[in-house]
Amino acid sequence: MRVSSDAIRAGLAALAVALVAPKAEAQVFGGPKPGEIGFLPPVTEIAENMFWFHNWILLPATIGISLLVLGLIVYIVWRFNETANPVPSRRTHNGLLEFAWTVAPALVLVVIAVPSFRLLAEQLIIPAPDLTIKVTASQWHWNYGYPKSEGGFAFDSLYVEDKDLKPDQPRVITADHEMVVPVGKVIEVDVTSQDVIHSFSVPSFGIKIDAIPGRLNKTWFKADQIGMFYGQCSNICGIDHAFMPINVRVVSQADYEAWLVEAKKQFASLDRVRLAAAPLVNP
Amino acid sequence: MASVTDLSHHDVEAHHEHHLPTGWRRFLYSTNHKDIGTLYLVFAICAGLIGTVLSIIIRAELLEPGMHVFPLISAIMSGDGSLDAAKNMYNVFFSSHAIIMIFFMVMPAMMGGFGNWMVPLLIGAPDMAFPRLNNLSFWLLVASFILLMCSLFAEGSPGMRGFGGGWVLYPPMSSTVGTPGPAADFVILSMHLAGASSIIGSINFIATIFNMRAPGMTMFRMPLFPWSVLVTAFLLLLALPVLAGALTMLLTDRNFHTTFFEPAGGGDPILFQHLFWFFAHPEVYILIIPGFGMVSQVVATFSKKPIFGYVGMVYAMLAIAFLGFAVWAHHMFTTGMSLNAQRYFVFATMVIAVPTGVKVFSWLATMWGGSISLRPPMLWAIGFVFVFTVGGVTGVVLANAAIDRYLHDTYYVVAHFHYVMSLGAVFSIFAGFYYWFPKMTGYLYDERLAKWHFWVSFVGINLAFFPQHFLGFQGMPRRVVDYTEAYAFWNMVSSIGAFIGGAGTLIFVYLLYDAFKAKRLAGDNPWGPGATTLEWTLPSPPPFHTWETPPHIFGDEDAHAPAIAGQRSPA
Repeated sequence: MRVSSDAIRAGLAALAVALVAPKAEAQVFGGPKPGEIGFLPPVTEIAENMFWFHNWILLPATIGISLLVLGLIVYIVWRFNETANPVPSRRTHNGLLEFAWTVAPALVLVVIAVPSFRLLAEQLIIPAPDLTIKVTASQWHWNYGYPKSEGGFAFDSLYVEDKDLKPDQPRVITADHEMVVPVGKVIEVDVTSQDVIHSFSVPSFGIKIDAIPGRLNKTWFKADQIGMFYGQCSNICGIDHAFMPINVRVVSQADYEAWLVEAKKQFASLDRVRLAAAPLVNP
Repeated sequence: MASVTDLSHHDVEAHHEHHLPTGWRRFLYSTNHKDIGTLYLVFAICAGLIGTVLSIIIRAELLEPGMHVFPLISAIMSGDGSLDAAKNMYNVFFSSHAIIMIFFMVMPAMMGGFGNWMVPLLIGAPDMAFPRLNNLSFWLLVASFILLMCSLFAEGSPGMRGFGGGWVLYPPMSSTVGTPGPAADFVILSMHLAGASSIIGSINFIATIFNMRAPGMTMFRMPLFPWSVLVTAFLLLLALPVLAGALTMLLTDRNFHTTFFEPAGGGDPILFQHLFWFFAHPEVYILIIPGFGMVSQVVATFSKKPIFGYVGMVYAMLAIAFLGFAVWAHHMFTTGMSLNAQRYFVFATMVIAVPTGVKVFSWLATMWGGSISLRPPMLWAIGFVFVFTVGGVTGVVLANAAIDRYLHDTYYVVAHFHYVMSLGAVFSIFAGFYYWFPKMTGYLYDERLAKWHFWVSFVGINLAFFPQHFLGFQGMPRRVVDYTEAYAFWNMVSSIGAFIGGAGTLIFVYLLYDAFKAKRLAGDNPWGPGATTLEWTLPSPPPFHTWETPPHIFGDEDAHAPAIAGQRSPA
């Protein structure tokens, strides 16, 4: 997207490999923090590009325009109030000015549009996936289905009630079984719903896609860092809409394979497999 | 100017004061645009207070993590204090809050209230074109509101009362899958009636403005408020039938086993979203465009200067209205639309920023060089220009599908549309209310109280909604009854802001009481030389019938400048 920032990112990545690789436990906490005002930590290239686009193009434009209008209001009220300016002018036209304030916003929009369209294509053109996971929403939980190549199992991911939380688990956004994916791999997520519309969202990956009955929606991510990432159902879906957490744990390939062995044992034996009975994914 | 005023006095006294209806007949059977306007305003104020109470209760629940308020409310209202009943009631409350504020507060206040009152006065017409339709339009809205209230007490989800699927009514949440009980039917029928009421009203406005302008009041000499009502009426007329179609399909899906939106029968829930937003995006402009008109007139009056770039202002409104029909799917970027469809809707949506910018800069240019008096209507209008700009630029952010993917359905969106609606549209309504209150009632209000109302509301509502941008960046989804502890701080700030805003509303209620009790007479024109439109040449309150002899509008008929009664237009 941008040469300079790509170069910096490559440099940082090299640094990260040197510093972080030895201790593989350096995990990202991909959830909200108290009092924060910014985006959640980005761990995909798409999310980084999105946040760069917002923070360096959209945010300066929005703050700039708002402050310009506020400044003009304050100046005008100070300079042209009835004590300072008892006799009003009668000027009601200025062709050049009107032309300028029509064209200038249009130019700002062009500056915004170029990176916006590029980013949109990056998001929506899905590269060949290394792993496809089927996500099925229903009132009020998620079900994650893994393809036959990974063992062909599926499991429900349920909200953890306050009394069952472990000390380090955040309230409301913690699920009992998280989706587990390997780091650095292209993961395609195929999303659908069994009843009403839900929405699958993981802010740190920069993805959000509606789960719609009768439709199969696709999105993708490639997480560059390991850690635990939190999202929530993002479409009103009934009384427990607030209690449909999405937890994704990104792990190293070795840890992923170890998890697969355990998961196959744990979930194959449960009748939770029902949703995996007809997975859309092939090996 | 004097001759016009005298004419109207004479006219009224000579012919029409002998059969004024009185008591309940006057309002129930009313065909008088002023009485119907008053009914609409009273209705909008009542609905607005109900909607405000709902929002205060919602913010009270969100003051802290956990569920504290709604179990209590639910126990009081339905006798069921269980956690599930409380969650359901929360959903019912935010859904009702939206429907009430949109259909029963902003629309009745702007179109029904100020539109009915002021359009005939501003264009020199004796009344609306179809006075009986006007009556029907109002009372249909009352019936619609009663249906909505019924839905609160009907069964929705199994064992629960009310409809909690949001004002957007997306199936399957609103079909028998999500809401098997009749609560959803009541909401659908309520919106049907509200739609019929608005279609009738908009036909009336279009006929009135096209046919009943006083001699000399050419289209391009009309003040900007009638222009904004005309544009809005066309939006309503074209958008509401689409909503009616979608609602009818939803009704037959629910009751007669059709499957328009039911995938099992070959239907598609996304079809509803397309139809709904084809209505509802114009709808959000319906909620703000009359505000543009009111703010334009208020800014011009209190700057003692004609509006800057009048023709540009008219064309900007037309452009916004036209584009408003071409951008609906920007509410649906996460539904899985194709890349090309998303590209188009990003592009079309961003284009709207251009005419919107023209309006904001024209308001500033109207004030520039003026002789500004900061009386209450002007305070609200200036406040409008600022908060509308803030809400507008976050709209440009959301127009970019690439970043909307993150912010969609988070509190950022809640902040955005409350900046344009709860601050923007509502500020413009208060600007209009404080501007025309002396004309409509004949009484002055306490300007000190009105300024307190403004400042308390401005601080409170900004405090309530600005932090919601931060919550959105942190990923907090909207329409949730409970949230994780990390969101606690900004939610508390937001709730405190909402309570301060609520206190502002109490000031407003007291101000009304005080104004009617003190009976300070306003006189024909309390705003001085800046108030040049026709209504200020009439007595306050205006007699029951006005402009039975049309006022003559002097001046060069080609001049693109607002008409000034009884004066030669400048230059």
